[in-house]
Amino acid sequence: MTEAAGTAGPAGSAGAAGVDGPGRPGPRRGRVLEGLRAYGLIAAMWIRSTMAYRTSFVLMTVANFAMTVLDFVAILLMFSQVDALGGWSLAEVAFLYGVSGVSFGLADLAVGSMERLGRRVRDGTLDTLLVRPVPVLAQMAADRFALRRLGRVTQGVLVLVYALVLLDVDWTVAKVLLMPVMLLSGAGIFCAVFVAAAAFQFVAQDASEVANAFTYGGTTMLQYPPTVFAQDLVRGATFVVPLAFVNWLPAGYVLDRPFPLALPEWVAFTPPLVAVACCALAGLAWRAGLRSYRSTGS
Amino acid sequence: MTDGDGAAAGGAAFIELDGVEKVFDVRRKTGFLKRERREVRAVDGLSFTVARGEMVGYIGPNGAGKSTTIKMLTGILTPSGGRLRVAGIDPSRERTRLAHRIGVVFGQRTTLWWDLPLIDSYRLMHRMYRIPDARYRENLDRCVELLQLAELLEVPVRQLSLGQRMRGDIAAALLHDPDVLYLDEPTIGLDVVSKAKVRGFLRDVNAERGTTVLLTTHDLQDIEQLCSRVMVIDHGRLMYDGPLAGLHEVGESERTLVVDLERELPPVEAPAPARVVRVEGPRQWLAFPASASAAGLVAAIAARYPLVDLSVREPDIEAVIAKMYAERASA
Ligand SMILES: Nc1ncnc2c1ncn2[C@@H]1O[C@H](COP(=O)(O)OP(=O)(O)OP(=O)(O)O)[C@@H](O)[C@H]1O
Ligand SMILES: [Mg+2]
Repeated sequence: MTEAAGTAGPAGSAGAAGVDGPGRPGPRRGRVLEGLRAYGLIAAMWIRSTMAYRTSFVLMTVANFAMTVLDFVAILLMFSQVDALGGWSLAEVAFLYGVSGVSFGLADLAVGSMERLGRRVRDGTLDTLLVRPVPVLAQMAADRFALRRLGRVTQGVLVLVYALVLLDVDWTVAKVLLMPVMLLSGAGIFCAVFVAAAAFQFVAQDASEVANAFTYGGTTMLQYPPTVFAQDLVRGATFVVPLAFVNWLPAGYVLDRPFPLALPEWVAFTPPLVAVACCALAGLAWRAGLRSYRSTGS
Repeated sequence: MTDGDGAAAGGAAFIELDGVEKVFDVRRKTGFLKRERREVRAVDGLSFTVARGEMVGYIGPNGAGKSTTIKMLTGILTPSGGRLRVAGIDPSRERTRLAHRIGVVFGQRTTLWWDLPLIDSYRLMHRMYRIPDARYRENLDRCVELLQLAELLEVPVRQLSLGQRMRGDIAAALLHDPDVLYLDEPTIGLDVVSKAKVRGFLRDVNAERGTTVLLTTHDLQDIEQLCSRVMVIDHGRLMYDGPLAGLHEVGESERTLVVDLERELPPVEAPAPARVVRVEGPRQWLAFPASASAAGLVAAIAARYPLVDLSVREPDIEAVIAKMYAERASA
């Protein structure tokens, strides 16, 4: 069973020091480590179990990939009719698409399972997660961890590479550094949206459509330039649900395009802060949601 | 706080409830956009203590508040009022810390991973609870042997029958050597053989490990065979706390004698306080005090009526509880 401990990585070795059950590390930090360790354990179990059916796994991954490829073909078709969309060229739109796809894909891989929360609240099976000694958030996020979701990430990476080949970017150190920062922050922001949407399902258990509007709807919106949307929508995506920080703003900097809403240039470097703030808020929302959980009568 | 160490030292109260309440706010649609709010007092000022190593039956009619109590004792639900401690821990505030020390079996739903083979759940729990390897192997082997799980380990949980799954769940609840085991209807839907097996296993766990057990059930035999102490609740209040035998006295419960006569006859005249409560063709039902002898009654009837067959039914727990409650309400 060494492989399970290995997957848990640093969190596993840091936390596993106490041989005896009840002993646990200090409060906040301990909980985060404990959560990551549990996440690793559960995800590893699901990976091992999917690998038992390797052919089916490969087929599912390919299908996942193919579906998202079709999604991009739609954009290619559109550009066979027009030269620009809201003033953005095909390569630029592909750039937006790629960043949005990779960020969302990573978040979906990590915490996409959270969308099943509503069902578990409704039928009371969340009870069983509450009696285990690890954070419910980690158990929920790692539940049915599906590596096949890497299909979407792969497609996003390919589209991004395609965009970078077509584009003629004036690379600077700042722009190069911004690339990975942008992708990871974007993933963080989408993770926060997933968690917040799940937390909302504690209150409204049938709200998975509303949740999807923000997650899947959000990534679809980000595939198009901000210039094609109404100002109010862009404002909402900047100040309310800050999806604009996933790609619109940082991509604007990389591609030297004017910023939406006449925002200053430095906002292009704020995505990490926005991601941290979003995750913190989503965490609070989750805690409040979990506290409101009241199980079911049977 | 005095609790923490006092209880951990193996002192008197391991589980402590003091005036615990749970009120559910129930909203019901009564029309278009109209909603009615109602409070359900599922648990209403409950106080009791359970000592370490005790095995206690927790019974009551449907909706009495048994499951709600267990959910508060595990930290799933937060009490609306009162004070509650398990091993010195406030369950709802330190749920994950408590989780290491308790095992839970919900008869109605599994705590295992539904789509994975049984053994995968156990392996994951091994890591999740940080059970030392030797301990894990020892406990697993023991459970596999006594609960006959060997053939089931590789079977996905969803393919297990109810009884098999229940055994799997009981094993899962015990792998980490919990100090206390909560069982919410662990024998529901089990056949006679499985019930006997599960009961025997629980008795051993309690005797050998000193595991404190709190068990809810609708099967009086579970209590008879396992618990020296029984608590009865109804409407969220404790109605009785003591040995099972005492419950029959307090409840003035009645047994039933079922007689099959040769032909249809008017209700038989039995010596008081026995009386006929039901007639159906040649079959008649007589109620008599649980403390009275059935032999005398049978003899009296056989002397005067053409008796073909007979059977005696023990008072069922629901009837006892219903009777207790009716008496309390009228008092
Ligand atoms: N999550 C909930 N929301 C609203 N009401 C609830 C909830 N859980 C329980 N109740 C109510 O609380 C009361 C006690 O329920 P509980 O499940 O504790 O009963 P029980 O003793 O376990 O009954 P049973 O023998 O049927 O399992 C019932 O009236 C039930 O309707
Ligand atoms: Mg119940």
